[in-house]
Amino acid sequence: MPESSTQPAIQLKGISKIFNAGTDKEVRALEAIDLDIQPGQFISLIGPSGCGKSTLLRVIGDLIESTAGETKVFGKPAHQARLDRDYGMAFQKAGLFGWRTVAANIELPLELMGWDKTARKAKSAEMLDLVKLSDFGKHRPWQLSGGMQQRVAIARALSFSPQLLLMDEPFGALDEMTREHMQLELLRIHRETGTTVVFVTHSIPEAAFLSDRVVVLSPRPGRVHSVIEVDYGPGDRSDETRQMPEFFKKTTEVREALRAVEVAAGETL
Amino acid sequence: MKRFLSIVGALIGVAAMWEGYKWFGQTTDGVWPGTSRELPVATDDLTMPHVGEIVGSLFEPVQRGRSETLAVFLLKSAWFTFREAAMGFVIGTLFGLGLAVIMLRTRVAERGLLPWINISQTIPLIALAPIIVTWGRSTFLSDTQAVALIAAYLTFFPVAVNGLKGLQSPNPADVELMQSYAAPWSQTLWKVRLPASRPYLFPAFRVAATASVVGAIVGEISSGVRGGLGRVILEFASRYSTGPERLYASVLAAALLGLVVFGLVAIAETVLLKRSGEEARA
Ligand SMILES: Nc1ncnc2c1ncn2[C@@H]1O[C@H](COP(=O)(O)OP(=O)(O)O)[C@@H](O)[C@H]1O
Ligand SMILES: [Mg+2]
Repeated sequence: MPESSTQPAIQLKGISKIFNAGTDKEVRALEAIDLDIQPGQFISLIGPSGCGKSTLLRVIGDLIESTAGETKVFGKPAHQARLDRDYGMAFQKAGLFGWRTVAANIELPLELMGWDKTARKAKSAEMLDLVKLSDFGKHRPWQLSGGMQQRVAIARALSFSPQLLLMDEPFGALDEMTREHMQLELLRIHRETGTTVVFVTHSIPEAAFLSDRVVVLSPRPGRVHSVIEVDYGPGDRSDETRQMPEFFKKTTEVREALRAVEVAAGETL
Repeated sequence: MKRFLSIVGALIGVAAMWEGYKWFGQTTDGVWPGTSRELPVATDDLTMPHVGEIVGSLFEPVQRGRSETLAVFLLKSAWFTFREAAMGFVIGTLFGLGLAVIMLRTRVAERGLLPWINISQTIPLIALAPIIVTWGRSTFLSDTQAVALIAAYLTFFPVAVNGLKGLQSPNPADVELMQSYAAPWSQTLWKVRLPASRPYLFPAFRVAATASVVGAIVGEISSGVRGGLGRVILEFASRYSTGPERLYASVLAAALLGLVVFGLVAIAETVLLKRSGEEARA
């Protein structure tokens, strides 16, 4: 469909979010966010803690409603997109259920969507392959390491082939080596599935390594400070990418944007 | 097995203390040595029959002229009471879970219902039981069903209170995950909240199971239903002077029934919770 290739995956227009409006606990979490995200892109949201990254992700995922503005996902209101099961989500805590096996955790969304048992089994086996955990389907989540659990959570999020993957600091609790490994895995999965990804992080190298675009948010209220385009040329990103001068240039660019954000925030305090 | 041995050990310990105290009282003539102050409980054979006599009475005919021994008679009575208690346990559990779900569903219901649920347990059962039996008689309920309701009255409380806690126990993120799949509320209840509440529910079930036995016995006593341990205790109490050991034997039977019921829930818990290996998480 030529049309869908020009239509943004996500369109945010004038998004504002005020928590506890009108009380003394009022928080202006987001203000006038405009952002378009193209299908198949990998977008990172980065910014100081409390700047509204998670809030923005939750608005996109229709887990909370924005106070003002319009959120369109594949041309539909976010609410409709959620009902259409366009979203796969993964959070910092893997959030697997201990009373289910690893395979059954991956099959949870499929159960909810009414897949029959054979189809579910086949799909979870395929997903376990994708995240390289084929031998662990019958294990319980708590028998797995943190990194493996996070891979299961990603497999679960992708099991029903959602068009959009929303991730909130999914690697935030992992050690550095596991984290870099997981980043490579995620990029590979992203390439293989073509899923659009919105990825919240507070790690500068992580944002610079993974993204096609890095969106830098400034705090109080959360606004888009700048958008940094990232392109390391043709060929897949790999561990060598982390050694490229272009990569250092991008991390520096993101770091400087974050510094500017923090200086500006400091002045308004 | 270890647990079983510890129960046997406890029983032997109690019997030893009983006999020891009795022996002590008999040698001092029922007073503290060197004083004239009486012991708190008299130690004569009428007040405290020998353990051997209590056990021995189990194998004597329950009544002169009848071949049935007291042990068999008590077993039959315990089975009768057990069925009432089990019915009460099931009714109370379902009702308690239903309340918990309603309270989970609406904040208003939680604020409106929880105080009443707490107040309900301050009404003495002894006062309530005859009322329930009388109501039961004016409707389609048989007396044993009324007794089951009385047992249910004690059962639903821990289930409702702990059930609510358990249903509220999942992380907000777990609930949001279900939301992100556009899962209906009922699926979140079934696939997340209920499984997550098992560690809260089983302790409640254990309390509720023993409470249902107490409820059934008190219910039998206040309604005069024949066939169960309540009635047996009442009758042996009225004939205490001619056979105190039988009253003790029947009270012992009631206590054992409570233990059995407790054990059944513990077994169910092992099967439903521990088999899935979840205890290894602790
Ligand atoms: N449910 C909520 N109620 C009230 N305030 C909230 C809520 N969620 C987030 N906030 C506030 O909104 C701001 C942005 O939060 P968040 O999006 O979690 O930031 P980030 O993910 O960038 O660290 C913070 O000041 C936070 O305290
Ligand atoms: Mg956050």
